[in-house]
Amino acid sequence: MNPKLSNRIAISVLYVISGTIIVILAALLGYIIISGLPAINWHFLTSPARAFTSGGGIGIQLFNSFYLLILTMLISFPIALGAGIYLNEYAKQNWVTALVRTAIEILSSLPSVVVGLFGFLIFVVQFDFGFSILSGAFALTFFNLPLLTRSIEEALAAVPNAQREGGLALGLSKWETVTHIIVPAALPAILTGVILSAGRIFGEAAALIFTAGQSAPALNFADWNPFNMTSPLNPMRPAETLAVHIWKINSEGIMPDAKAISSGSSAVLVISVLAFNLLARFVGKRLFKRLTAS
Amino acid sequence: MNNQLKKQLLKRSKAAKLERLGKSVSFLALMLITVTVFAIIIFVASKGFSTFFSNHVSFVDFITGKNWNPSVTNAKGQPEVGALPMIAGSFIVTILSALVATPFAIGAAIFMTEISPQRGAKILQPVIELLVGIPSVVYGFIGLTVIVPLTRSLFGGSGFGILSGTCVLFVMILPTVTSMSVDALRAVPRYYREAALALGATQWQTIYKVILRAATPGMLTAIVFGMARAFGEALAVQMVIGNAALLPTSLVSPASTLTSVLTTGIGNTVMGSLQNNALWSLALVLLVMSLIFNLVIRLIGRKGAMSK
Amino acid sequence: MSKARWIEILLVISIVILGGWAYQTRQVSHTNQTITAVGSTALQPLVEAAGEDYAGQHLGTFVNVQGGGTGTGLSQVQEGAVDIGNADVFAEQQKGIVPSRLRDHRVAVVGITPIVNPKVGVSHLTTKQLIAIFTGRVTNWSQVGGHHQKIVILNRAQGSGTRTTFEQYGLNGHRSIAAQEQDSSGMVRQIVATTPGAISYVGFSYVDKTVRAVSLNSVAPTNQNVTTNHWKIWSYEHMYTGRQPQPLATAFIHYIQSAKIQKTLVKQLGYISISEMKISRDGHGTISQVGSSHE
Repeated sequence: MNPKLSNRIAISVLYVISGTIIVILAALLGYIIISGLPAINWHFLTSPARAFTSGGGIGIQLFNSFYLLILTMLISFPIALGAGIYLNEYAKQNWVTALVRTAIEILSSLPSVVVGLFGFLIFVVQFDFGFSILSGAFALTFFNLPLLTRSIEEALAAVPNAQREGGLALGLSKWETVTHIIVPAALPAILTGVILSAGRIFGEAAALIFTAGQSAPALNFADWNPFNMTSPLNPMRPAETLAVHIWKINSEGIMPDAKAISSGSSAVLVISVLAFNLLARFVGKRLFKRLTAS
Repeated sequence: MNNQLKKQLLKRSKAAKLERLGKSVSFLALMLITVTVFAIIIFVASKGFSTFFSNHVSFVDFITGKNWNPSVTNAKGQPEVGALPMIAGSFIVTILSALVATPFAIGAAIFMTEISPQRGAKILQPVIELLVGIPSVVYGFIGLTVIVPLTRSLFGGSGFGILSGTCVLFVMILPTVTSMSVDALRAVPRYYREAALALGATQWQTIYKVILRAATPGMLTAIVFGMARAFGEALAVQMVIGNAALLPTSLVSPASTLTSVLTTGIGNTVMGSLQNNALWSLALVLLVMSLIFNLVIRLIGRKGAMSK
Repeated sequence: MSKARWIEILLVISIVILGGWAYQTRQVSHTNQTITAVGSTALQPLVEAAGEDYAGQHLGTFVNVQGGGTGTGLSQVQEGAVDIGNADVFAEQQKGIVPSRLRDHRVAVVGITPIVNPKVGVSHLTTKQLIAIFTGRVTNWSQVGGHHQKIVILNRAQGSGTRTTFEQYGLNGHRSIAAQEQDSSGMVRQIVATTPGAISYVGFSYVDKTVRAVSLNSVAPTNQNVTTNHWKIWSYEHMYTGRQPQPLATAFIHYIQSAKIQKTLVKQLGYISISEMKISRDGHGTISQVGSSHE
């Protein structure tokens, strides 16, 4: 076979593969949204869930999901960023570093139910946080750290060495080079990593069942004092998230409209992730422009 | 005057202080992760080993036994905790889904980096990110309502089994493997491409003979990560694989994985009892198996890097 | 100091002040009036709904209800980590639990029935046939009077209360062969409804028109038959506390046992009220007439 022909064949195969992936996603999204859309309306999005009568909504669960996501990111992003910077910029290539890397990879392959139970025994029982958003956020941090660290490290590694040399040549310290040059240059890639892991956090259920809990007590959305039990901002209240809610309905739901609620919730979940992606992308672009003066 | 200058020169500059602070803070962050990992490993190991040490189950029976019935004792007076069906199930599903996902993932990654970066960034990148965003519960639900009936009508049986599990896992690990392969391909220096093209190689020859070779270690890591995710995935697989603690006889017979048995059973057992410890032993097996996977791939990666 | 630094300091100070003010003005009544109930996912909706009612009537209390499974519930209440452990089985039936350290409170009764896919052509079985099916001696529906269709057995997860009860009273203590397992009733119903030849078992409240409930030895699975023990596959829903329960926990359990909840919520959720039972059963399966032995 001559090289030109094989070139053409190979490239068309690649087109087919990429096309297939897009079709798979389109089919998935189409299925989720078409089966879920009829259930979605303002009432569904804002009213609290009902245990066994129809007409319940997902308002509280939706809020909990976002709140938990933000808290988890607040805790895990600085840690992952620090770890990523150290691994890529400071760590020597020796067996200790290799061990740490292996440890991180192992953490990422742990089933989330194990992480959830660990979180349950440590935070809920030992530290006496109870079933709360805070326990959930810590458990999700464990779950999130390896992937986030890995993607941040890779994002940093992708920045050309010339940038580092330039920074050092200008008399900046290594730390200044990293914070003022490398991190801003790697920002779009870091942001992609954050989005990817945010998607995972948003949809995670198994790790939360034993930590953030499976009940969503009524909230008073007029009360923004984080020390009150019914305040949406209280991090010590039990909080069922949307993904846990879907899991619960699919498994034990006895409300007559369980199926509609579960497909509606799935659609909302996917649409939220979509919206979140678009927003992060937009912010990332703006940020990149401001930080790198390009 | 001289003294003052000396002091000024010898004093740590603001930048140096910041440097030390930054370095130690980022080191602390890394240590935090490492300590957490070891805490979890010790926790799982102490629970998992107690099946063998406090409940005196023979390790060989655990690995090779085919009956999983921890609340029942067999003829020898030992509890029936044979994990072979689950170990086999986990292995088969993981390897199959990685086999299916790898060509797709690498193909898409090449498309995004080499063939059409613009379209890749505009269309495929968001697609991949969205696929990650779909929660495993939803994947499981779709598997249950779409893939299982489809398998049933095409291949007979109940539809629950390794084939359905593979289908679901394939879609679930695809984004992980793809995005990491993209990173690996992007890390290949630009002059490799330019040199190959300048020598008169076609685009495909450049990709196949140069870029893919250079990116092999990175892509292997991507595949391990995908396999690790497939290994640890619980909810979605559990919904479609059937959870029968039987050695799989065909791709469409119900089977089980370590995670599916772990998730279904953990809430129904009492902390500290044999039944509970046996489940933690499964988690330990999971841990050890992923460790072995990591090491093997590391070796392959090192070899690949040397022959480059 | 630069302008940015000043703004930073101002921001920190204002956050601290705001936090202090919020802490000062919090509703203090909520602090020590919380009880936590953990355990059976089947019982969760009832306790949750009752908890909301209770909190609505007794201001300043809060009932935190979580799932996690019977085993989790019992072990956590035994450890003293939670106030109430919800369970589908007697503590005696759960390995690793010391029943003497717990106090049993029965709050409802749930009847369990075998269900089959509607297309198998069978609507009644004998106990003998049922045992033969679940022990793998009968593998085709035509052997028990149905269509020519392979039997697909679907179990609940090992250790689940429903499975324990079903094997004890439906299969007379025989163990089911290894087969597919699911860890929730909703999933079992859905799979039975869509899989040709499937058989499983669920609580009465999960039976709907997508699956067919099977009558056993010519006894139909009805609430009426459970109260007289003619239908033998049923179990209590328990709320276990420690030997010295928190007063609020006791009060809350009494509230669930009260006629008001038993007549409304318990019924609506498909349970059988504890007060309707004409007989009672203890952890060893011994039956006695109500009145002769009462806790």
